[in-house]
Amino acid sequence: MHEKIVNLENFAKQVRRDIVRMVHAVQSGHPGGSLGCADFITCLYQDIMTHNANIFSMDGDNEDLFFLSNGHISPVFYSVLARSGYFPVDELKTFRKINTRLQGHPTTHEGLPGVRIASGSLGQGMSVAIGAALAKKMNGDDKLVYCLHGDGELQEGQIWEAAMYAAGNKVDNLIATVDYNHKQIDGDIDDVLPLGDLRAKFEAFGWFVLEMNGNDIKDILQVMAIAKAKTGQGQPIMIIMKTEMGQGVDFMMGTHKWHGSPPNDEQLASAMAQIPETLGDY
Amino acid sequence: MKDYPVLGKKDTRSGFGDGLTELGKTNDKVVALCADLIGSLKMGEFQKNHPDRFFQVGIAEANMMGIAAGLTIGGKIPFTGTFANFSTSRVYDQIRQSIAYSGKNVKICASHAGLTLGEDGATHQVLEDIGMMKMLPHMTVINPCDYNQTKAATLAIAEYEGPVYLRFGRPSVPIFIPEDMPFEIGKAIVLSEGADVSIFATGHMVWKALEACKELEAQGISAEIINIHTIKPLDKEAVLASVRKTKCAVTAEEHQLAGGLGESIAQVLSKELPSPMEFVAVNDTFGESGTPDQLLEKYGLTTANIVSAAQNVLKRK
Repeated sequence: MHEKIVNLENFAKQVRRDIVRMVHAVQSGHPGGSLGCADFITCLYQDIMTHNANIFSMDGDNEDLFFLSNGHISPVFYSVLARSGYFPVDELKTFRKINTRLQGHPTTHEGLPGVRIASGSLGQGMSVAIGAALAKKMNGDDKLVYCLHGDGELQEGQIWEAAMYAAGNKVDNLIATVDYNHKQIDGDIDDVLPLGDLRAKFEAFGWFVLEMNGNDIKDILQVMAIAKAKTGQGQPIMIIMKTEMGQGVDFMMGTHKWHGSPPNDEQLASAMAQIPETLGDY
Repeated sequence: MKDYPVLGKKDTRSGFGDGLTELGKTNDKVVALCADLIGSLKMGEFQKNHPDRFFQVGIAEANMMGIAAGLTIGGKIPFTGTFANFSTSRVYDQIRQSIAYSGKNVKICASHAGLTLGEDGATHQVLEDIGMMKMLPHMTVINPCDYNQTKAATLAIAEYEGPVYLRFGRPSVPIFIPEDMPFEIGKAIVLSEGADVSIFATGHMVWKALEACKELEAQGISAEIINIHTIKPLDKEAVLASVRKTKCAVTAEEHQLAGGLGESIAQVLSKELPSPMEFVAVNDTFGESGTPDQLLEKYGLTTANIVSAAQNVLKRK
């Protein structure tokens, strides 16, 4: 267990280096939420999900599926996909550049392996995940569907349409996670539009709710194991994942200002000094 | 002109419902979703026959579009059903991102399009849907003209891989397309050949174009009637072939002039074959409550309007 955690931590460190280098190289993109979710996405693709990176199929039969609904944290998604074998790691340097498959927000349009839906306009991914989960049930496929949402994204009404549907129709092969970092572009979520008691809201909708520390790999593995064990019991599962926006880079933490801002050269150097290179930079 | 006997009268939405019922039996990949309008969309038979392939999503159209997109991941062919207004303008961003841009094989089936849903009034009378949907890259837009053609179109879109918008309506209208007439997506149908003026019509206006053809014939004017059931991709060759012969065109549709069939045809002609055109369409206004016939009369979508448009365009040749 200890070795597994060390390996996952090392993977996540390299992902964090990739994130900062990617947004620095093109001087645009969203490092804050990407850094905050690096541990979670790493765990999903490196440990939790059953998936086939070598032969990507859109339908993903007999594979667990992941949908990134908060598409702006594409840097963490791309880095983990590449380092899990979906496409060459070297392609990360094309992020957000003309003719790239690594668009600012993820898309199926350019045929990037690992991406099954376009996201970016917020609030749509849970509905898509429900559809994929329903298809799995119809196909007798017992694998699971995962989706990730930003906390600010929960201000979109479609999320609550989907939440009502999933509980009402017992979509119990779905594990949704919300990245609860309490920050969105314009500031603290409580200053923009408070979410209230999120746990109570999802419980009232009929979901089984868990909480976890999204920046603690041991906690992620433990809570996700509980989540998996709760599937197939008539309830969709929501994980309220507490993270720190900008986690791993001291000057990006504790503020919403790095939601969508790239570091300059000095800031890049400072960030790189804080995150050791573990798997080799692209 | 070629005569089209009236084979009966039915709503086009029933053509959709019966087509879907048939697909339920012949194609097990077909699934259906509805946002609390099963009766209006005539989806009850499919629901009864295949409860495991039918999803009642409630009054939550955005969620319905997303679930439909997700169902394609796993090989399903989802048909969504609600009113045209709630199938398009209400969920435009969901269709744009999760279906069109994501290239998902979803069939967006929309009833109660246009003015002829009648008394419910302007909130429900979407007249902008063709424009919105045809602007989306790779979206196919189909507006069949009677029960038989709607049924044939419903069967055809299940065989086609890619997002489709299928538009139909509420009122009972004449059935005149033979049941065995082949339906080919993107292929216009010349219903009656003529030499003086080309009349391109879609949806409920096709029958009115045939009626206009008779009246024009009595006045010594030979009109060519072309049924454009697929607005996108538009059958440009059929448009050009007809107008090369007649040298002028009239378009007729139950839709806004802006963004409609007329605009699509004008775009082709202005580039390839500039010719006088007249448009029978709703002109930058909302509808209102009334019977279908009262509304068509008030908003200029009658047989007489097509006849006078043809007379006017002939003067400009």
